[in-house]
Amino acid sequence: MDILRISDLRIGFTVHGLAREVVKGVSLRVLAGKTVALVGESGSGKSVISQAIMGLLPRNGGVTGGEILFRDPASPEDWTDIARLPAEGREIRALRGGRIGMIFQEPMSSLSPVHTIGNQIEEALQLHRPVPHKQARAQIETMLGRVGFKDPVRAFGYYPFELSGGLRQRAMLAMALICQPALLIADEPTTALDVTIQAQVLDLMRDLQAEMGMAILLITHDLGVVANMADEVVVIYHGEITESGPVEDIFRRPRHPYLKALLKASPHFDMAEGERLVALREARPRPVVAPRQVLPDAAPLLSVRNLSKAYVTGSRKFFGKGTLAVVQAVDDVGFDIRRGECLGLVGESGCGKTTVSKIIMRAVTPDSGEIVFDDGEERVDITALEGEALRRFRPRVQMIFQDPVSSLSPRMTVQNILREPLVIHERGNAAEQSERVRALMEDVGLDPRFLNRYPHSFSGGQRQRIGIARALALDPELIICDEPVSALDVSVQAQILNLLKDLQAERGLTFLFISHNLAVVNYMADRIAVMANGRIVEIAPRHALFSRPVHPYTQALLKSVPFADLDRKLDFKLVAPGGASDSRHWQPEFREQPGGPALAHQPLGDGHYVLAQSGADLRELA
Amino acid sequence: MLLQYILKRILVMIPTLFVTSALIFTVINLPEGDYFETLAAEMQAQGEKADLSRIEFLKREYGFDKPPVERYFHWVAGLLQGDMGYSFEYQRPVRDIVGDRLFLTMLVSFVTIIFTWVVAFPIGIYSATHQYSWGDYGLTFLGLIGLAVPHFLLALVFMYFANVWFGTSIGGLVDPQYLNQPMSWAKFTSILEHLWIPVIIIGAGGTAGMIRAVRANLLDELQKQYYVTARAKGLPPGKALRKYPLRMSLNFFVSDIGDILPSIVSGAEIVAIVLSLQTTGPLLIRALQAQDMYLAGSFLMFLSFLTVIGVLVSDIALAILDPRIRLQGAATK
Repeated sequence: MDILRISDLRIGFTVHGLAREVVKGVSLRVLAGKTVALVGESGSGKSVISQAIMGLLPRNGGVTGGEILFRDPASPEDWTDIARLPAEGREIRALRGGRIGMIFQEPMSSLSPVHTIGNQIEEALQLHRPVPHKQARAQIETMLGRVGFKDPVRAFGYYPFELSGGLRQRAMLAMALICQPALLIADEPTTALDVTIQAQVLDLMRDLQAEMGMAILLITHDLGVVANMADEVVVIYHGEITESGPVEDIFRRPRHPYLKALLKASPHFDMAEGERLVALREARPRPVVAPRQVLPDAAPLLSVRNLSKAYVTGSRKFFGKGTLAVVQAVDDVGFDIRRGECLGLVGESGCGKTTVSKIIMRAVTPDSGEIVFDDGEERVDITALEGEALRRFRPRVQMIFQDPVSSLSPRMTVQNILREPLVIHERGNAAEQSERVRALMEDVGLDPRFLNRYPHSFSGGQRQRIGIARALALDPELIICDEPVSALDVSVQAQILNLLKDLQAERGLTFLFISHNLAVVNYMADRIAVMANGRIVEIAPRHALFSRPVHPYTQALLKSVPFADLDRKLDFKLVAPGGASDSRHWQPEFREQPGGPALAHQPLGDGHYVLAQSGADLRELA
Repeated sequence: MLLQYILKRILVMIPTLFVTSALIFTVINLPEGDYFETLAAEMQAQGEKADLSRIEFLKREYGFDKPPVERYFHWVAGLLQGDMGYSFEYQRPVRDIVGDRLFLTMLVSFVTIIFTWVVAFPIGIYSATHQYSWGDYGLTFLGLIGLAVPHFLLALVFMYFANVWFGTSIGGLVDPQYLNQPMSWAKFTSILEHLWIPVIIIGAGGTAGMIRAVRANLLDELQKQYYVTARAKGLPPGKALRKYPLRMSLNFFVSDIGDILPSIVSGAEIVAIVLSLQTTGPLLIRALQAQDMYLAGSFLMFLSFLTVIGVLVSDIALAILDPRIRLQGAATK
């Protein structure tokens, strides 16, 4: 029985007085108790459809045609056309939250920061199923326990900012499900979460679905999530449905070129050596440059030793000590990056990988440790540089940032953005600088005619290209890429990754590539370091790490990645509760024993090291 | 937890006030000479023979022959005991001169703040929820006029029309016969009769600014994801607006209280002169001109005290409103 039937739905927006149709005759249905995945890139109209179902379209948008029929399994004879209900009327409000629940992508911002989660959940309950406060509270605590809060009684009084991203998303789930809706709309519910947390939340959604018998409309761009969650798949492209059907049909026999291209554009673990991602749309062709051979030096370009950095958090009280807590963000980290190599650094959010990059950039001062930069002629300890020496060193290490929107000044033209580093470091005269800026634009595949534009007139992928051009402006030797593609769509991601690879080959660049996405790191890196709780727990050449992961944390990470492959579904139950970085679930060999010897990196051969107790027998674990 | 926070804030006020008092004292003592020299010069200019021995006597009496540091501590010690010093100009203790004026000033300020809020809030909310509508444009236009017209001009215009239309003089805050008299019903009604005009005039600019701020803040909050979440729960629009975005936009508003208090007190001086209000503004200006050091100094201290109290009130209100400030001990903006 289908509970949602959308037929020939058209949604238009008015922007600056111009009407534009963003959903062009979409038809789909959702069966009771089943999961339908709506897949597409950003801007394809998938979120707009979900907003229309909830009657929450922005003020400048509206349904211009078609119908959204919903029927409650409790009264299967009555079809309601949501598209015709008066906006903000009583009927649509009764459906919202009561019969149709919704969770959003950003668990950080979708809960009110100044109300407790108990308050916010109770509000939803009291709106649709009024009960006395005491009873409501009991009901909510049961629900909080059900979605995975360890202490539901206390959780009722927590504010969202006291919770991690994963717990906030669980609280959102509890809120959406407290009234037992017939349909749950999940708009990119796990995109902002770490892989292990993502696996847990997806698992929870499946369990709750089985228990409560609700249908899920899952909106996502991640085909790996789709393969693991969906019963039916609907692929949407530019507001039109290109393909739909049972998940088996869609993955085993993709017919439409868009879906085939989408499957090819996402990096996966089975790529052959040297295989390139195929971007959906090829970008502007770049000038052909012969790859530069990099002769392996005896000494690494960058070698980091015993790096440590602790942050003090918590409120400092006027009286007494307060609740000061020392967080060891980076704990005795050491690694080498050879010239021309790409070292991947992976780990969950909060593991310290960004702090490491900031220390190398000299934006953060470490508590101890040294970072030796050796260009073959002289060795300098970056941490000891000061004044003019530091200024002269700066151009040699540059950075590419995660967020292409906020990392470019909206008040500077592209010309000014790219020229600024040249001006600061007094490279050439004005004419030479202009020449250089034009060449940079060509290098990253952008038309030099765009130089006088401002960043807002570019797409996310183009902005990231500008960020790359800026990093290249001073001919650095080492580039730190901090999650350079995690804010981009799959299709654009492929373009940017290919661009980075080409630039690296042409210029003999050295990369430190930071990401939480293992598939992306697998595509880019030669060697990979895995970080957990501020320490590097395992470091190995790419193949060794993926074929023979030894550390339990690495294993958990690899097991949590959803594959866009029906034959390799996630084993949800294998994922450790409480997150993979919780060292209490690791085997004793990998844990520090009180009073015992300190953990050290044990060699496993071929440059494969794992953090464990010395003398532990690791061969059988490998 | 909250109590501790308040206590801590109050303790922090003490050094702040000390530093302010030192600054005020220094600034007032910066110009050449003191009140007595100004007095002697004025008398000589008017052809009178200055009684030098009397001036010398007064100087000694008030410790003006002692080093400034000593005089400073003498002044502060007096302030702490509630002794605001002696006004040379009026030859009376400062407390007696300020008396009623202080009360009237606080009354005008307080009523003006309330007026500003009562007018600005509904209009700001309407403007934000009906963005780009005729109502929004119209109210915005009115607000901009209020912002653009200088207060003293508005005061003159009001006085003129009040005279032409009602034939009454609207100057002052209370009929002169009640000034420095104990509070009585007649005095109270007299104050009420006079109060509304300065309140509207002084409040006009503030109201306009506040409308813009409420509108801008609320517009920001209306874009936030948690507002969509609230509506996705099925909350009626009015309730969703009140509970979430409005509550969040209050933050800005409350943190503004600290600035409002002193700016209304000190910003009203010119209006007070034009309307001849019996507030403290005109007194302060005269005291500064005459280098009437204790009067001016004590007065500025009062303004500073008001500022510090305003900040304290806004901080406490913020802590109550926003659990992030209360529990994390960090300010958010």
